[in-house]
Amino acid sequence: MARKLTVPGRYDRLEQICAFVAEAAAEAGLDEIESSRCQLAVDEACTNIIEHGYDGEDKGQIEITCDARPGELMIAIQDWAARFDPTSVPDPRLDSTIEEMAIGGLGLYFMRQVMDAVEFSYENGVNKLTLIKRK
Amino acid sequence: MDISTEELKSVSVMAVSGRVDSATAPDLENALKKLVETEKTQIVLDLKSVEYMSSAGLRAMVSTLKAVKRLNGDLRLASPSPRVEEVLRLAGLTSIFSIFASRDEAVASF
Repeated sequence: MARKLTVPGRYDRLEQICAFVAEAAAEAGLDEIESSRCQLAVDEACTNIIEHGYDGEDKGQIEITCDARPGELMIAIQDWAARFDPTSVPDPRLDSTIEEMAIGGLGLYFMRQVMDAVEFSYENGVNKLTLIKRK
Repeated sequence: MDISTEELKSVSVMAVSGRVDSATAPDLENALKKLVETEKTQIVLDLKSVEYMSSAGLRAMVSTLKAVKRLNGDLRLASPSPRVEEVLRLAGLTSIFSIFASRDEAVASF
């Protein structure tokens, strides 16, 4: 079953977003670890939309659609910020020393690490990120 | 998220509970910054009751670690849950932070 949540782009909505994803993950039959990975990926995606896409809180809406099928959860996240180009984000420097370390680009890196598919598209003024987690 | 701090000899132990995400990480970073500003640079962050942490929480911890290292101090982590440990591992931070199984071990390590 598909379910949809539309929220203003605010960090204090992340908890609600995670709870929404957790419900869908349970419906898809994903276990707790897989569910928490989905929540992490969606949290990082929404944080990036607010911070870099909208350039701050309360600048636009975020729409999250979860489609739970047996053993698979598909999550689509849409925003109306400027076009996002994932190739513009450098990989985080994970092998660096503490002084050199900058925790930037980690959100996108996390999404790719914990999800089975991560796909960005832009159409008619809408950024769409599709995340898939399989059991 | 809730934060409580206690002093054990020369070590400041900050216990965090709940969610550490982009909404709450600035509060954690400010609380840690206040410790460092008052020259408390031997810090144990007790993560036992942290249910969830995103990269925003990691950023707060890394910026504090950098600050205390410059002052010859350290920020050591105690009892992260498997969920938090996975996030630390994904970010390559398990080799950057000293991580202990319990708060007592982390305090005793100073």
